[in-house]
Amino acid sequence: MARSSKYSLADLLSAKEMVVVCGSGGTGKTTVAAAMGARAAATLGGRVLVLTVDPARRLATALGLGAVGNTASQVPDTAFTEAGVECRGELWVAMLDTKAGWDDLIRRHAPDATLREQVLANPLYRNITGRFVNSHDYIAMEQLHDLHASGRYDLVIIDTPPSRNALDLLDAPGRMREFFGSRLLKWLTVPYRSRLFTVASKPFYQVADRVLGSRFLQDIAEFFILFQTMEAGFVQRATEVERLLTDDRTTFVVVSTLEAAPAREARFLADELRRRRMPLGAMVLNRTLPAGLRQPAVAKAAVKLREVAADAAAVRELAKTASSRPAQVRDVLVEVADRFRDVTVVAGREAERRAELETAAPVTAVVPTLPSDVHDLAGLLALGGHLLGNGSR
Amino acid sequence: MSDLLDRQLLFVTGKGGVGKTTTAAAIADLAARRGKRTLVCEMDAKGAMASMFEVSTLRFEPLEVQPHLWAMAMNTEDSLREYLRVVARIPLVGRIGPLARTFDFVADAAPGVKEILAIGKICFEVRERHYDLVVVDAEASGHIVAQIDAPRAIRELVQVGPVRDQTEWMLSILGDAQRTGLVVVTTPEEMPITETIELVGKVQSTTEVDVAAVFANRVLPQWFEPAERAVFDRLCEPAPQALLAEAVGARVSSVFHAARLAESRRAIATEYLARLRESLPVNVPVHEIPELFTKASGRRVVSLVADQLRTELP
Ligand SMILES: Nc1ncnc2c1ncn2[C@@H]1O[C@H](COP(=O)(O)OP(=O)(O)OP(=O)(O)O)[C@@H](O)[C@H]1O
Ligand SMILES: Nc1ncnc2c1ncn2[C@@H]1O[C@H](COP(=O)(O)OP(=O)(O)O)[C@@H](O)[C@H]1O
Ligand SMILES: [Mg+2]
Ligand SMILES: [Mg+2]
Repeated sequence: MARSSKYSLADLLSAKEMVVVCGSGGTGKTTVAAAMGARAAATLGGRVLVLTVDPARRLATALGLGAVGNTASQVPDTAFTEAGVECRGELWVAMLDTKAGWDDLIRRHAPDATLREQVLANPLYRNITGRFVNSHDYIAMEQLHDLHASGRYDLVIIDTPPSRNALDLLDAPGRMREFFGSRLLKWLTVPYRSRLFTVASKPFYQVADRVLGSRFLQDIAEFFILFQTMEAGFVQRATEVERLLTDDRTTFVVVSTLEAAPAREARFLADELRRRRMPLGAMVLNRTLPAGLRQPAVAKAAVKLREVAADAAAVRELAKTASSRPAQVRDVLVEVADRFRDVTVVAGREAERRAELETAAPVTAVVPTLPSDVHDLAGLLALGGHLLGNGSR
Repeated sequence: MSDLLDRQLLFVTGKGGVGKTTTAAAIADLAARRGKRTLVCEMDAKGAMASMFEVSTLRFEPLEVQPHLWAMAMNTEDSLREYLRVVARIPLVGRIGPLARTFDFVADAAPGVKEILAIGKICFEVRERHYDLVVVDAEASGHIVAQIDAPRAIRELVQVGPVRDQTEWMLSILGDAQRTGLVVVTTPEEMPITETIELVGKVQSTTEVDVAAVFANRVLPQWFEPAERAVFDRLCEPAPQALLAEAVGARVSSVFHAARLAESRRAIATEYLARLRESLPVNVPVHEIPELFTKASGRRVVSLVADQLRTELP
């Protein structure tokens, strides 16, 4: 739980306008983004938007996120009331739609209608936008920029796509910008015939022709020639989007579990954020063992329990109060005591990683594994309570 | 499902972090222990496979990490170099560096080119029969179809040319269920299970690759039999807890709390596993790998998981 005496996650969310939630897949990014949004709307007030990427289906349904791309919808106040919480502000949710995001970009930057239609109809367009310059990541950042610039929201929390590499997200705008300035794009878009005479690119084309075939290469070149007409607009935008990542009003929240791989990735992300002067505001350690279980005294109790299980008189008495057969009571006690060793192993692992991650950000919030998955507003608010406190602070 | 290890090429995929690399390493370890010459190849360049076998790095050139078992890491630049040398017969080896970087750039943009360089190398090893079994620690579920389906995508996109000519023999290997299979790793959680079910459907409807098996990884042990569960619930009530607190100390409640938490997570996992089995086609077997509670890592973990697989794959 965020310690309330110090600077807390609630303080961070009150101070910032854009929150980028990142970390390994499966750690709870989407859930934490939505939970922060729900709690912020309820207790801090204001108009809060959560832009999610890949919510679990039941959660999406519960929040009223249909198949509709890119348009935001409000979670009704009654949903909060039903969850037993009064909402001071407004919670809006939207789902990222990469395809629609790309089409919007093309519409915005194409110099004229003919070119626009040519690009949108190009057979390579879909394929290429689906993969190059970390398309999902770029579109996510682009949307963040748009939503913030619209001025409609006091706080925009953006969930991020599961990347192959954590840095893809941070690098996406820069890569987009560099792409247009690259020599390769210049080469590719030189008219095909004169290309063969450009000394510098000659070996490349020889090989590429042999491997890809000149026809395929020409198709690719044609597409990029179209694409290049939008250079100015794209570059300017990418620069603005990139600036957003180091803006004072932006903060990053890294979500991790206390497992080896996500923790390693979280530490790496924290270091890279610092190196790029992108502000890491908080580290959320999610799905941890409940705090009480990590104490050595509890492990000792488990050992003691094993002894009690071996004490026939004690077992008989317990069996009587629990109206069960003594043999069964003994078996259950043995199982509970023995299996606690598994918990101890996990606790040991977690303690180590926790120590490593706790100093990475100004705020560390710890959320235990909840007894069930989080798939409705009540669950989000409960999880958000662990993150921000439950409003009675 | 004894035939899983009798295939020559296995792709191991699944949602990020579910245990693809661990499972791929364990399958390869088991095959090698059974005397098969085995190659395991990491596709995502994360370096996780190297730590499985406790070597500092893996390269394109396979490294013998234990008897009968070789490990390599895919690299499109090396794959391109090999392709140029062996297939296209272009002796350009010296100048490939900057060239490959440029090529990388086009390959990034041009659909299927990177994938086909990677998949081409894998299929090449299978065709040349350098190994009895090639296990691929493949792309995560979001990218796997693009990876295994690259030869077909290229064939459709490119009308003529040398790349297209290469696709035919690759497709004959990939589409042969006797030889090639896809293994999907999942954990018994909502998103991984949903993704697995969708992926199996998509692979079966859009590609020619056979889905060989699903491995449910990190399955929590069952603490109680159903009858014991009822006894446990009664022991959680105030009167027995008071007695226990007297005998053991107040912390006993935390020990029981842990048991309750583990049981409820286990119950949820059981539901997801049931849903998985219900939703998969009957010919796709589901094997379980338990959660390991160990401080160990590397080879020790690989062999623990391989031991589990051995009981599942007679
Ligand atoms: N059965 C298991 N019991 C306990 N821990 C496990 C088990 N299987 C995998 N792990 C652990 O889970 C983590 C992720 O495993 P692994 O690297 O194999 O996943 P992956 O799917 O390859 O991940 P990525 O998507 O990043 O490539 C590792 O720390 C691994 O040790
Ligand atoms: N603290 C928690 N306790 C229990 N379940 C959780 C917790 N946080 C997340 N989950 C569950 O874990 C799963 C993955 O979460 P999700 O937010 O989709 O991860 P990501 O966006 O990082 O891939 C979901 O089913 C979610 O309900
Ligand atoms: Mg997510
Ligand atoms: Mg891996």
